[in-house]
Amino acid sequence: MIRERSIAIILLAAALAAVFALVLISYFIFQAGLPTLIKIGLPGFIFNTVWEPTAKVPSFGILPMLIGSLWLTFGSLVIGVPLGLAVTIFMIDLAPAALAALMKPAIQLLAGIPSVVYGFIGLTFLAPLVRRLLGGPGLSVLTAAIILGIMILPTIISISGDAVRAVPRSLRDGALALGATRWQMISQVVLPAARSGIIASIILGMGRALGETMAVIMMVGNSLNIPISPLDSATTLTSNIGLEMAYASGAHRDALFATGVILFLLIMLLNSITTAFVRRGTSRRTA
Amino acid sequence: MNLKNDARPPKWRRESALGINITLCLLILSACAGNEYGGSTAKRISLSGSTSVSPFAEHLAERYQKLHLGTAINVQSLGSTAGIQAAINGVAEIGMSSRTLKSEEADKLDQIVIARDALAVIVHPANPIASLTLTEVQKIFLGQITNWRDLGGADATIVLVTREAGSGTFGAFEELLLKGAHPVASALRQGSNGAIRQVVSEDPNAIGYISLGIVDATVKPIAIDNVQPSVQHVLENKYKFVRPFLFVWHKGQSLSPLAQSFVDYVLSAESQTELEKLGLVRGVVQ
Repeated sequence: MIRERSIAIILLAAALAAVFALVLISYFIFQAGLPTLIKIGLPGFIFNTVWEPTAKVPSFGILPMLIGSLWLTFGSLVIGVPLGLAVTIFMIDLAPAALAALMKPAIQLLAGIPSVVYGFIGLTFLAPLVRRLLGGPGLSVLTAAIILGIMILPTIISISGDAVRAVPRSLRDGALALGATRWQMISQVVLPAARSGIIASIILGMGRALGETMAVIMMVGNSLNIPISPLDSATTLTSNIGLEMAYASGAHRDALFATGVILFLLIMLLNSITTAFVRRGTSRRTA
Repeated sequence: MNLKNDARPPKWRRESALGINITLCLLILSACAGNEYGGSTAKRISLSGSTSVSPFAEHLAERYQKLHLGTAINVQSLGSTAGIQAAINGVAEIGMSSRTLKSEEADKLDQIVIARDALAVIVHPANPIASLTLTEVQKIFLGQITNWRDLGGADATIVLVTREAGSGTFGAFEELLLKGAHPVASALRQGSNGAIRQVVSEDPNAIGYISLGIVDATVKPIAIDNVQPSVQHVLENKYKFVRPFLFVWHKGQSLSPLAQSFVDYVLSAESQTELEKLGLVRGVVQ
């Protein structure tokens, strides 16, 4: 009895430690970033286009980075989502069992590659290719988006795969029995039935793309202009924090934490949207 | 029973083993005390700061440790500002900076110039341009000249590569070459001298700036106002774009014997010659 209780208490403490870590992280980010954010004012921070944190009259505008982050996240989804969904559908409904068994560990391996390695490939292989074939500096939104698109594949494939796999056999059999072709079955029965899970996978992939730092610093060029074309260089919210934090002090450092607050809010927003979609999906299924 | 007795060492051996353990522990403890808290016998110091100074400090630290076995000199490469902060807070005994101290920093720190470093403007080796005027360099980095054609080169957009705000190299470049102006926002930013060299060595249209000490055959240094960046030209006071490499420590606080000995070693004629071989310029004679 005592043993049972003590184990329960130990597990409770472990669970609380995880929650406590989250509370602590949030506290530190907001404590360091919020005063600056209030002083500059939210509009003055996110709609100002000039980032010169060490100038005599410093200017803290994160609009170029905000737009860079949105560009890059959108670009990586354009590349990663169709590719990821194609792989998911192929693996579950079309591939011979032997091939699917080979693909699964390959995709898990893709998730295990460290992001610096992705960044290195982008920097040394893809960027020169983009520069030669399409022009511009090579270190660009396009280069980073292609690699990020590949980096979010495992997230999209594994989560949407769960959803597609959860579509009952009877629905598939029913569609085929009514004379649907396999593609009709997939596009009109399986995908709509798995919709909420697929959307959740896309949003989680989006969070991964938005949060990636190291690989992005290496590939995106980190310029402070607002990117107009995919061949332009850009900076993202995360890559700017990663690039400048080591050297920052005083107001500069606080402004980087304020950037962290904005990022934190963006990610929280994405997470709540995901949760809402997943919840809607499960409640509909049980209904 | 017999078996059990045989399996255990006799009592006297157990006790002596315990004795040896205790002696060992005491020895280790006293050794620790000697190293960490003994002050006068400290065998470990840490340096922290500029990513530009670190490679050179590390090189000299390695040579020093070979001469003085049993000493440990840790060099951490975190950036000038972080190094200055570390020295003020006492996190590191010596901070390294590749920019001059701001006045509020200079109030709290003692400083020595261990070497000087020239900033070289670099381009791709295939770039036909070998010399620019200072005004041209300024116009390029301020975005007023955007095509190599206007400078007599190929018809191609200039790709600027700069450092991020807060870096010592960036501060020195703004101060020495741009006279306080800021590079145009479309310039690419890279996190280290090495990364700038890497980008410029791969892009035929790129222009950037790095420490003269790490210029190698993969990039081409540009003469400014017809003066080639070189150690010789800095010593002769012809090449003006030079910044100090500093060691700083808490003001009024005497260094530990090991730190003092390392600083003396860095300032010795032998080390200064070694730094010169690596492309730096000897510190101002004090």
